[in-house]
Amino acid sequence: MLDLAEIWPPIRLTLELATVTTVVLLVVGTPIAWWLARSTARWKEVVAAVVALPLVLPPTVLGFYLLVALGPHGPGGWIAGLFGGRSLAFTFEGLVIGSVLYSMPFVVQPIRNAFAAIGDRPLEVAATLRATPWDTFWSVAVPLARPGFVTGAVLGFAHTVGEFGVVLMIGGNIPGETKVLSVAIYDYVETLQWTQAHILAAGMLVFAFAVILATMLLEKRIARPRP
Amino acid sequence: MSRSRVASRLRAGFAAIVVAVFAGLSPALARAGEVHVAVAANFAEAAREIAALFGTVTGHGAILSFGSTGQLYTQISQAAPFEVFLAADRVRPRMAIEQGLAVAGSQVTYATGRIVLFSSDAELVKGEATLREGRFTKLAIANPATAPYGAAAVETMRALGVHDALRDRLVQGTNIAQTYQFVATGNAELGFVALSQVAGHDRGSRWNVPFRLYDPIAQDAVLLRRGAENPAAVAFMAFLQGVEARAVKQKYGYGAGN
Repeated sequence: MLDLAEIWPPIRLTLELATVTTVVLLVVGTPIAWWLARSTARWKEVVAAVVALPLVLPPTVLGFYLLVALGPHGPGGWIAGLFGGRSLAFTFEGLVIGSVLYSMPFVVQPIRNAFAAIGDRPLEVAATLRATPWDTFWSVAVPLARPGFVTGAVLGFAHTVGEFGVVLMIGGNIPGETKVLSVAIYDYVETLQWTQAHILAAGMLVFAFAVILATMLLEKRIARPRP
Repeated sequence: MSRSRVASRLRAGFAAIVVAVFAGLSPALARAGEVHVAVAANFAEAAREIAALFGTVTGHGAILSFGSTGQLYTQISQAAPFEVFLAADRVRPRMAIEQGLAVAGSQVTYATGRIVLFSSDAELVKGEATLREGRFTKLAIANPATAPYGAAAVETMRALGVHDALRDRLVQGTNIAQTYQFVATGNAELGFVALSQVAGHDRGSRWNVPFRLYDPIAQDAVLLRRGAENPAAVAFMAFLQGVEARAVKQKYGYGAGN
């Protein structure tokens, strides 16, 4: 009935994609969030709006642009050329790029809010104690903003797991490389293999519920004043 | 009152409201008929032209939805509001009749399709040797499980004995339209597409796969049960086999049906 060898690869691939995407997003998203929280530049909200775009845009818009950009006539093709390829579409790396863009607001927003909530005071205190800005950032800002990092990481991970439209458009449905869980479910549904579809879909449902509940409980616990 | 009677009354009430709203908003709909047609993606371009002619000749409107044959069949099995189904195989229309979703005896072959190995690169495709030499990184096909054109592509590669060697380089479109798009954007160097998709231009390079390597793709249409009482749906089935439609099919490289 259910072939584990058949459903495991998309699950593993999805977890890999979500893990890599989350790590990249924490690395890329943290400086952006910090700048958005601390900068006084007038046009910073323009940048914030660009980061938030995937919240509003249909995945088909992002998928379409990515398909062109990752292809042989776009920057993706140029990058792929450095490694002997010709397109970043249909590759794991291409999916990571798509997922990073698509899940960016889910990571940047909570971290930005957490940085903003610190306020100027602790940073000024650190400065008067002769801490360098770099030191202040790591020893004061990041620990204080920890709840934001946790929320951002969890949401970024979960949102990548739940991604479908972009992957469908730039993935090419390659087993073990781009055939992620959501695409596998789609395939099962479209080919009337509903037993498999039911099992995977139920798994996703439980996963999504657990993530949302965990995030809520986590926020509640963190929000409580520490003794 | 039993629950099902409540439900049926509600449904009737709701239907009456919908009818009233539509009758009030668009009197045009009341005059000419309308038919919802599910069309296999390979036939998209031809179907658009046929639908336009159908409108001019009969005054009825045809509303087209595209997808792979398997996708559309799944939707139809879940009561999608389609009245005519233009598949890209014979299997799904027959299944539709067997499942009581379509009118028995309405199944006809409206076209015979062909696959083409196509590349946007004018130099790449030079017949079956291109597949044997394998000087490419990605070959696009339609998902063979849902798209008959994808199944024909796999059949061809098996017949040539290159399927196992090329397996790791295959990328799948959800239907033949996405497969063509993968090739047209250059993300895949080449792919098996429908002849109808490349019949209108001579860009790139192509190889018309000979019929000895795969069975010609007999595409059947069927009148769905939802359309059985709709004159526009019945008219569309007839128009599909008429002179005007035949000319369009020929233009897109389809063989005549029966």
